[in-house]
Amino acid sequence: MTERPILRVRGLTRLYGRTVACRNVSFDLWPGEVLGVVGESGAGKTTLLKCLSAQVEPTDGTIEYDTRADGLVDVFALSEPARRMLLRTDWGIVHQNPRDGLHMGVSAGGNVGERLMAVGARHYGNIRSEVLDWLDRVEIDTGRIDDRPDTFSGGMQQRVQIARNLISRPRLLFLDEPTGGLDVSVQARLLDLLRQLVASTGVAAIVVTHDLGVVRLLAHRLMVMRGGEVVEHGLTDQVLDDPQHAYSQLLVSSILQV
Amino acid sequence: MYVAVKGGERAIENAHRLLAEERRGDPAVPELTLAQIDQQLAHAVDRVMTEGSLYDRELAALAVKQARGDLIEAIFLLRAYRTTLPRFGASEPVDTGEMVVRRRISATFKDIPGGQVLGPTFDYTHRLLDFTLAAEGAPVAAAEEAEQSVAAMPRVTDILGRDGLFEAETAEDDAPVGDVTRDPLEFPADRDLRLQVLARGDEGFLLALGYSTQRGYGNNHPFAGEIRLGEVDVEFVPEELGFPVELGEVTVTECQMVNQFKGSATMPPQFTRGYGLTFGHCERKAMSMALVDRALRARELGEEAAAPAQDEEFVLAHADNVQATGFVEHLKLPHYVDFQAELVMVRAMRDAAEQDNSRKVAAE
Amino acid sequence: MTSDETTAAFGAEHVAGYNFAYLDEQTKRMIRRAILKAIAIPGYQVPFGSREMPLPYGWGTGGIQVTASVIGPDDVLKVIDQGADDTTNAVSIRAFFAKTTGVATTERTAEATLIQTRHRIPETPLREGQVLIYQVPIPEPLRWLEPRESETRKMHALAEYGVMQVSLYEDIARYGRIAKAYNYPVRVHARYITSPSPIPKFDNPKMDRNPAIQLFGAGRERRIYAIPPYTAVESLDFDDYPFTVEQWPESCALCGATDSFLDEIVTNDKGGRMFICSDTDYCAGRRAENGEETAA
Ligand SMILES: Nc1ncnc2c1ncn2[C@@H]1O[C@H](COP(=O)(O)OP(=O)(O)OP(=O)(O)O)[C@@H](O)[C@H]1O
Ligand SMILES: [Mg+2]
Repeated sequence: MTERPILRVRGLTRLYGRTVACRNVSFDLWPGEVLGVVGESGAGKTTLLKCLSAQVEPTDGTIEYDTRADGLVDVFALSEPARRMLLRTDWGIVHQNPRDGLHMGVSAGGNVGERLMAVGARHYGNIRSEVLDWLDRVEIDTGRIDDRPDTFSGGMQQRVQIARNLISRPRLLFLDEPTGGLDVSVQARLLDLLRQLVASTGVAAIVVTHDLGVVRLLAHRLMVMRGGEVVEHGLTDQVLDDPQHAYSQLLVSSILQV
Repeated sequence: MYVAVKGGERAIENAHRLLAEERRGDPAVPELTLAQIDQQLAHAVDRVMTEGSLYDRELAALAVKQARGDLIEAIFLLRAYRTTLPRFGASEPVDTGEMVVRRRISATFKDIPGGQVLGPTFDYTHRLLDFTLAAEGAPVAAAEEAEQSVAAMPRVTDILGRDGLFEAETAEDDAPVGDVTRDPLEFPADRDLRLQVLARGDEGFLLALGYSTQRGYGNNHPFAGEIRLGEVDVEFVPEELGFPVELGEVTVTECQMVNQFKGSATMPPQFTRGYGLTFGHCERKAMSMALVDRALRARELGEEAAAPAQDEEFVLAHADNVQATGFVEHLKLPHYVDFQAELVMVRAMRDAAEQDNSRKVAAE
Repeated sequence: MTSDETTAAFGAEHVAGYNFAYLDEQTKRMIRRAILKAIAIPGYQVPFGSREMPLPYGWGTGGIQVTASVIGPDDVLKVIDQGADDTTNAVSIRAFFAKTTGVATTERTAEATLIQTRHRIPETPLREGQVLIYQVPIPEPLRWLEPRESETRKMHALAEYGVMQVSLYEDIARYGRIAKAYNYPVRVHARYITSPSPIPKFDNPKMDRNPAIQLFGAGRERRIYAIPPYTAVESLDFDDYPFTVEQWPESCALCGATDSFLDEIVTNDKGGRMFICSDTDYCAGRRAENGEETAA
């Protein structure tokens, strides 16, 4: 493993008018590591993720990403072309709502193959076989390759999104409530799948969720947010088994009570 | 041997003659004069001037006559004439506060300085066909001479503005006013260009969009702050003189919609403006324009912008009826070649599908 | 047809009060600047201040403005629509220029210096010094994939063309082939994806390394773009599904050509069909040649 973090975040703040969406967030993410971000609704999780993935500009603070060519660079100092290039090659984003992450009018195969074509793949047969391979890996019946995602179930749509992102072998994956809106048994299978994929591809990931079950399964490390601030940060097991901050304790106990 | 359809030229020539004949109609019926159109079909002339963006009643009346009453065709004619005219410069902004008002109403205050002036309007008429109009020559009862107000009537929005309740209208920058008939429109468009496109935009299109905002597709809680009709002076500053000289006067209709605004991080809650202005008397158009102008400001004011009327690219790209009618009607032009290419393609695809099927049947 | 004949058809009176080629010189200069920029950046759509013309939008106002800006008194003009000189819109546009410029007009591709076209590229190969002016309804090749101008301009700027390739992929997945018969997207000079205008894909190969200047005018959409002489123009495809052009089982019923784009003529209501060249000049030329041969 390299000595450099893949993502280094310092003093990240984002305001909306007078609303503090997130304030003074700092952390390092290491290659292959999965970081969970939990907190109640409105805590600033999505805002944080959008800043990290360069979709929303922070009011203050820096986000540095370890590019393949130049090492750590400030993401917002990159030119827009370079940033958009990162977004469709090195990074992957799994949106909470599949509608934001998929072209609903394009077949599952077209969705999954898009990133290959965006970087110049021009052999239909090869694109197709790689797409089939990825559909198989995310456990989607390969016979559905030419069906449109709006004919898929919510869980299947999430899996198409995951395949669409992982096909470009990204080094960093952003997931916003990847299991939100799915029923419990589908959630469990999707989590299992994600865990396998993360382990087998070595991709680093940041998972935002309000579900402690998700982070317990996926995340090596955990950040607890409240009112836009990180109130606790540590190894997942430590935070869950021995929460220090009063709010973390409340969060953990409320789950255990169920 | 087959001879491909020839003689397009003769066909066109003949079509033009037929058109001229039909335009004139039965020669036993007296021919319309431009003065008649100007005087008795004044709203048609007003609309053609507004959407043709050229203030000339006589030319507009001619266009209406030449177009046989097809107003979009008349607008097209006027625009095609306008485009060839030399450009001396831009006039000074007209001051509608100094308007010689013939009609002025506000839906926001019962009484206002200068009073409400109903003026010439269809409002409050009963829409019963008036058969006395079918008979020619019936004398018209003279209207009471309105008391000509000497003091100019202040605009309602200016009255509200004094209390800070209404947003001030300030130029976005010092740049000269753009001209959509000279420069390509780029998005996002500045307000001056947006208002120009709306002023030239199709009345029916803007009416429908404005209406849609009242039905929940991007509501902005409008009040007709003021609608005024009357004459304003047009002034121009010749470079060699350096001071404004009066060129003449034009009739305009202005509508200022007053809209609710809840405030944002940078702006306190206040009323915001939707603005409509037309040549002549085009009240429906001015009101629709004001509704759509305000709807298009959603993004600027930090409001959710999801409705069609709030979608700048959609609205501005489709408001122009001369563009729209040209492109819709161009479907009349031959498309033999493209259709042939499609035919070849569809046949090949059908053949492939058929072969596929027969292979499957054979395999079974 | 000569300009005299057209003038006669449209009223012999001189169009007083209008400049040569209708547009004023300042407007022409503005359009020429746009054309120069377009030639400097092959395939890039240059916004320009399109004027309102006395012909309707969608009927060639872009092509007409481009022609009006480059035409000079010594030019010889040919105007075609669907490959033919005698279709009504071609006649009307030719008459417009005959009336406003008095230049010589021709139906012969080889004799023309300027050729304004809608939907076709002549079959007779063009040569250096000729200018082919296309009428373009929708200049944006990405429009069907992304309706927003602000976004498509960014996609061009960053050469983000993945979605275009995806649309070809979708065709193959669904139909087993790329199902675009006309307006088939091209990549110009290995950079900009460009609309060839609604020519049949049969004509696409003619755009590639063509010795003539190819200018494209879209009046309603206010865009001009260009392909300079000898510029590489590649029709998009996949390595294993290469670009192909349509073929006919028959040859032209009039001249016997097997290499030209054929229009299908329905001869009766019992399924009778015949095929003839869409390019009337090409067909007439071949027939004249054949006649001479048989006569000799
Ligand atoms: N575009 C925006 N404009 C204004 N305020 C915003 C915007 N996006 C988020 N906020 C505010 O920022 C705060 C954090 O919102 P965020 O969406 O990041 O929360 P979250 O933790 O993802 O919540 P949830 O679990 O409900 O998804 C909230 O107060 C929210 O209202
Ligand atoms: Mg969220």
